[in-house]
Amino acid sequence: MNSLLIPGGNVPAPTRETTREPLDEPMKTNGEQSSVLTLSKVGKSFGNLRVLKGIDLQVQRSEVVCLIGPSGSGKSTLLRSMAFLEEYDEGAIRIEGQLLGWQDTDKGRRRAPQAQINQVRRNVGMVFQQFNLWPHMTALGNVCEALRRVRKLSAGDAKQRGMAMLDKVGLAHKAEAYPAQLSGGQQQRVAIARALAMEPHIMLFDEPTSALDPELVGEVLQVMKTLAKEGMTMVVVTHEMGFAAQVADSVIFLDQGEIVARGTPRQIFHNAEQPRLQQFLQNYLDRNAFWQDAKG
Amino acid sequence: MTFDPSIFTDHLGDIGLGFLVTLGTWSSGVLLGLALGMLIAVAQVFGNNLMRVPLRVFIELIRSTPFLVQLFLVYYGGPSFGISLDPIPAGILGLGVYGGVYFAEIFRTGFQSVARGQLEAADCLGITRLQSIWRIQLPQMLVMILPALVNMVTVLCKETAVLSIITIPELTMVLTGIGSETFAFVETLLMLCIGYLILVELCSRLGMFLETRVGRFMSRQPR
Repeated sequence: MNSLLIPGGNVPAPTRETTREPLDEPMKTNGEQSSVLTLSKVGKSFGNLRVLKGIDLQVQRSEVVCLIGPSGSGKSTLLRSMAFLEEYDEGAIRIEGQLLGWQDTDKGRRRAPQAQINQVRRNVGMVFQQFNLWPHMTALGNVCEALRRVRKLSAGDAKQRGMAMLDKVGLAHKAEAYPAQLSGGQQQRVAIARALAMEPHIMLFDEPTSALDPELVGEVLQVMKTLAKEGMTMVVVTHEMGFAAQVADSVIFLDQGEIVARGTPRQIFHNAEQPRLQQFLQNYLDRNAFWQDAKG
Repeated sequence: MTFDPSIFTDHLGDIGLGFLVTLGTWSSGVLLGLALGMLIAVAQVFGNNLMRVPLRVFIELIRSTPFLVQLFLVYYGGPSFGISLDPIPAGILGLGVYGGVYFAEIFRTGFQSVARGQLEAADCLGITRLQSIWRIQLPQMLVMILPALVNMVTVLCKETAVLSIITIPELTMVLTGIGSETFAFVETLLMLCIGYLILVELCSRLGMFLETRVGRFMSRQPR
């Protein structure tokens, strides 16, 4: 449909589809194994409003999935359900085979005990739009907190791991700074380091750059690209179409609680067939038309 | 009016004892109230409706009846419910429950002042509710609620005067007793006021000291 969404104009940007080597040995012991996250017929209502209408989705190990769609389409709710921050009320979400959030009893479905929920999602890392750092702790304190309290590491070990994580996001020199002393982009990178410290098998990003000034978006996306390159399994809700085009293995377009289109970035951004998707992408095109005019 | 210091010097031992009883019932009542208030607040903020509704009713009951009446009920009405307490435990219990509901409301606003997202982040990392309260919410809310807490503590100090009606020999009981014995009502009542003044002043000083301490802790992070 258009190539404007892909950074680099006419020069085809290296996308994951083209550059990525096939996974060394995707655990083939049985088909289920390599699927980190499985959603089947997930539904969710707020009162009378049905915000998710039976979502089916599988995320394979090392896959990067981007969720796009207009606001109110349910993409954030879907992502938050994957960490059970929202209680989905139909269907099943399984993380590495384990049912998340619910347990089936003879009397029907019950909310699982908190300890069990934590057990199932302990390999899920979450990054929020608003960073959600703890303002009374330093950057290092934020990263180390869960290492100390949940993983029960000694102060020394936690600090060592924490510093390594901060270094990974390029913020080792800001270890002693409080969140309020950091820019938005730096805060988000600390938040990413905090999630990474727990060695998650899958990372969920809920519009990680939407609260940032435009010039700070790049540094966060850069960290995320590095993660993707290292083989991290990621689900990203984003408005950054360029990022989705370059980094995603598959892109999912949600509208009104349904998956309207799914495919590779090429299929979604260049060969969109669904009218709703075309219309959605057209908005981005219109916004970027300014640059086109300037060039012409 | 001639002031006769012997009114007080003759009863110095009793007055000192009364002062200690007031200090003791007050501080025990405050500690009980803080603990109770914290429990109620946590149950209200994190509990389900099954816990929330009865607690709400309980809070409204205590808040809308006079302390004097509650105290009478605990001490004189208690035995009919199978609770017979000595005056001092009854007084501490009454003070603790009365203070507890107010402390609970203060804690509740404190809990709600910490952004939800911070707890979601903790949740996702596997940090337990209790750990979040202790490590994330309390340190942040303390700065905000400390003045309100100190205020309520001073109110409780003055409410200890009511304990005299259930025969607790605290400051008010002792000094009004001396007053009716010697007919020096004005002197003893003034003395009584000074006694409470000293206690409340001590308490507010302690409060201010804590506020600067907590404030200094928080000001290490410029907003």
